[in-house]
Amino acid sequence: MSLAPFPVITALFMAVFLAALEQLSSRRRILDILSLLTALAVAAVDFLLLDGSLSGTDVYWFGDWTPMGRFPAGIAFVIDPASAGLALLSALLTVAALLFSWHHFHAVRTYYHTLMLLFLASLQGFALTGDLFNMFVFFELMGVAAYALTGYKIEESGPLEGALNFAVMNSVAGFMVLLGIALLYAETGGLNLAWAGAVLSGKPPGPAVSAAFILLAIGFLTKGAVLPFHFWLPDAHSVAPTPASVLFSGIMVQLGLYAVARIYWVVFSATLDAEALRGIFLGIGVATALTGGVMACLQRHLKRLLAYSTVSHSGLMLAGIALLDPRALGGTLLYIVGHGCVKGALFIATGVLVYHHRSVDEKHLRGRCRRLRWTGVLFCLAGLALSGLPPFGTWAGKGIIEETASQLGYHFLPPLLSVCAALSAGAVLRAAGGIFFGLGHPDVITSTAPATGEEAPETDHSRGPTPRIMLVPLVLLLLASLAVGALLRVQQVAELAAARFVDRTGYHALVLEGRRTPVHQPAPPARPGMAPALAATIAALAVAAFFLAPGPLQGRTREGVKALLSGPVALLRRLHSGYIGDYVTWFVCGTGILMVLAQLCF
Amino acid sequence: MTILPYLVVIELLLVGLYGIAGSRNTIHLVSCLFVAQSSTYLLLLSIGYVQGGTAPITDEIPGNARMVDPVVQALTLTDIVVGATVSALLLAFALQRYKLTGTMDPRREPPQRG
Repeated sequence: MSLAPFPVITALFMAVFLAALEQLSSRRRILDILSLLTALAVAAVDFLLLDGSLSGTDVYWFGDWTPMGRFPAGIAFVIDPASAGLALLSALLTVAALLFSWHHFHAVRTYYHTLMLLFLASLQGFALTGDLFNMFVFFELMGVAAYALTGYKIEESGPLEGALNFAVMNSVAGFMVLLGIALLYAETGGLNLAWAGAVLSGKPPGPAVSAAFILLAIGFLTKGAVLPFHFWLPDAHSVAPTPASVLFSGIMVQLGLYAVARIYWVVFSATLDAEALRGIFLGIGVATALTGGVMACLQRHLKRLLAYSTVSHSGLMLAGIALLDPRALGGTLLYIVGHGCVKGALFIATGVLVYHHRSVDEKHLRGRCRRLRWTGVLFCLAGLALSGLPPFGTWAGKGIIEETASQLGYHFLPPLLSVCAALSAGAVLRAAGGIFFGLGHPDVITSTAPATGEEAPETDHSRGPTPRIMLVPLVLLLLASLAVGALLRVQQVAELAAARFVDRTGYHALVLEGRRTPVHQPAPPARPGMAPALAATIAALAVAAFFLAPGPLQGRTREGVKALLSGPVALLRRLHSGYIGDYVTWFVCGTGILMVLAQLCF
Repeated sequence: MTILPYLVVIELLLVGLYGIAGSRNTIHLVSCLFVAQSSTYLLLLSIGYVQGGTAPITDEIPGNARMVDPVVQALTLTDIVVGATVSALLLAFALQRYKLTGTMDPRREPPQRG
């Protein structure tokens, strides 16, 4: 019997079961323990699936509806190392988030645990499925669980605002996905990814095919928070409960990019013009990474800062995918795992600050957290890891992406990506320096930032020591990220996963005919270089020093800098206006431009 | 095969998005969202439509009869369920927001800028 459906089924069943415990008195710890056990069980199954998929990709047909002839009438889960690995990452991040919520909530409602498990189930299903419509259903389930989690603190207007923006933008994205699915179904007559790919392969790309790809890509890139579809992300991630933000930034956004990559390689890679696509996606990716990095530097609301950092890293990952190269894809997968752990750790560290001071405002917290020494050290370490300090997973992933980019002739890409990583990591380090060490002064740039700093009764206000159980997931996540970078085995698995990922004919043969084809084993992994990564880390420290140390932002030159920067800063802030109407306008403009580009280039 | 349904699909989508972009009332905004969503129903149904086809209930019609594609109808049904869930959630948010801030206008509240 195959284990493939169990992650989704277990999580869904337990979500409903926990909802039924509503009537129980003194149920808090029961819910905590049960949901934690469920997430651990899901993680264990995912690990077994990943281990099994290394020797050969596994296909599971629901209800034993195997293909008739070659036509897939049923719905398939396709377990290859990439999908199982991302499912494992989502389960582990859920474990960390649930561990953290042990002390995080003052009083928790039952539906918090139900929603977290529902979200886990949808993440699992989205990663594992090999069927387009199934993907859409899990996309929407993920969305609904995430909107409800975002609006969890329903007594405040901030979370409601964020949840509304999030829900409207992602619903519109869902329409795009569905329109794309409809067009693709009209072209190919099937909803299975492998079938659609097999029908399309070798055909010249008609307008309907390229429109279908662009619609699907726009839908999933909105989830992936890529310019100009990223506006909802900071609004939502900054107001969601901290454990939910761990999952949003650590895996949900990345799964959007994963879906684009999956659909491209399985369905469209033999049809569309790779050169044109590479140009378009590289451009969007770099623009996103830069915008996110700059916006992160302009924030004083810590969770908002981290959210913009996620936007920036999402752009970096899209650039990694856009190289359309197996080695770069392996690097991107590695980066997704390394970044997910680091970003989860940063959100949890922010949650510890909320636990003690009920505030996430950098200005308000400046110098007040000197006694939280361990949290401070871990926060700084995570900030350094975010810039790609060896041997964290972010170093290995980014290094591989950059080296492949140079080999492919994109010599401008490595320094650019390093600058982007340094910008948001520098912002994190600046915040850490101010909050834990009392460095720096109020500066001209962040003082105009939104400062909704009060985090009302999500948690207890405490002056005691940090509960151990809050620091456990923080340390574990950092260790995990360290292991991802330091262990050669992980890089091997990532490169194997990428080789299997881009093998479209092998995927088609396996899903449609059940025939295994030998995969060309990738060469033994070459470790990325240390020097460029260290340069990025030094650049991040320089960014932090620019804000904290006596320099152009303080003293006599202050007014000059203010006059110079206030224009562009105000413009950037005005673009991220917080109004749904503006976001939709940007969305429509982006869609129109991409559609026109696709019709001209493909 | 007529082009009319596809034109209506594009029209519904654009009208819905236009409505969201300029909306000054959250309930109106949610309604516009579902005007846009109805374009997806129409596209799915018109893709599966067969001229002169009957409903795809295979028990009651002869085996060689022309019938419309049942797959897209299943997709549309699923889509409607998803739409109902999301609209219920969104309307609940809108109502709660009205209770808190006393306004339905998404542009009234000073938003988080930047």
